[in-house]
Amino acid sequence: MYIVGEIVTGIGAIFLFLGSLGILRLPDVYNRLQAGTKCTTLGAFLTTLGVGIMEPAWFWKTLLIALFIMATNPISSHALGRASCKSNVPLWDKSVVDKTKDFEECRKVEEA
Amino acid sequence: MQILVFLYCAQFDATLKLFFWELHMSNGRLRGFTYLFVLLMLIWLALTLSLDSQELAVGFFISILLALFLTKEYADLGFPPFTPARILYFIFYAFVLLWEIIKANFDVAYRVVHPKMPIKPGVVVIKTGLKSDIAKMLLANSITLTPGTFTLDIIGDRLLIHWINVKTDDIDQATRIIGEKFEKYLKVIFK
Repeated sequence: MYIVGEIVTGIGAIFLFLGSLGILRLPDVYNRLQAGTKCTTLGAFLTTLGVGIMEPAWFWKTLLIALFIMATNPISSHALGRASCKSNVPLWDKSVVDKTKDFEECRKVEEA
Repeated sequence: MQILVFLYCAQFDATLKLFFWELHMSNGRLRGFTYLFVLLMLIWLALTLSLDSQELAVGFFISILLALFLTKEYADLGFPPFTPARILYFIFYAFVLLWEIIKANFDVAYRVVHPKMPIKPGVVVIKTGLKSDIAKMLLANSITLTPGTFTLDIIGDRLLIHWINVKTDDIDQATRIIGEKFEKYLKVIFK
């Protein structure tokens, strides 16, 4: 059981590493947020759960922590993304489409 | 002195009755209170991991107190009543979401470690058929957790999505690719 826990924690650590690598390599705020949220969710989830498997007495506590991370992580990344969108942080120059203008028109229609 | 105590007790009794009456009469308040109490009690059990009577008593009182305070906030969230079918569907939805999260991680990890970085980022708009705010929130959070998509903003039934690998800029097709897989479960849960 201890070894299983160690393996799970190790996989989680690999995902955390990939997440930070993504933050270094990807070009703009939005893409970095993608890497930051995706890899960190599973990374933190597996790391805490692995500790729970290593020490069965802590299992339910670590599961609670993991669920809490799952519930709060997208909200924080959404807040960061929305803030950078509102303050007109530019997209990467090789971005394919940008529908932000259409969306702003939706907002005007909604407000009218 | 005795009269004072009696008056005080009577007043306390009246406030208590009024409070519980309000809890009963206002639509769904008591239901929300029960859900919150059960949820808090479960969290307490998971944290203490003991069935000792003292621990249980403390947990019981703290849960009741917190549930009383949070009932109004819970009612404002607008969750529908929990039926067994809804709970089963929600558990199934949680597994679908977990599977999507695992796929999301491998997809983004692949794009990050690939030497050429095969990304095609862009911002698209999708539509949703969901009505209640809480359902839209769940959909937006689920989208944030799926392969390379994440929600920037919501207005009415439109969601602004940043997509790391844009496949189409058409609003209907994007909705089918990004939103459909979650929306079909959420529609059943929140109908």
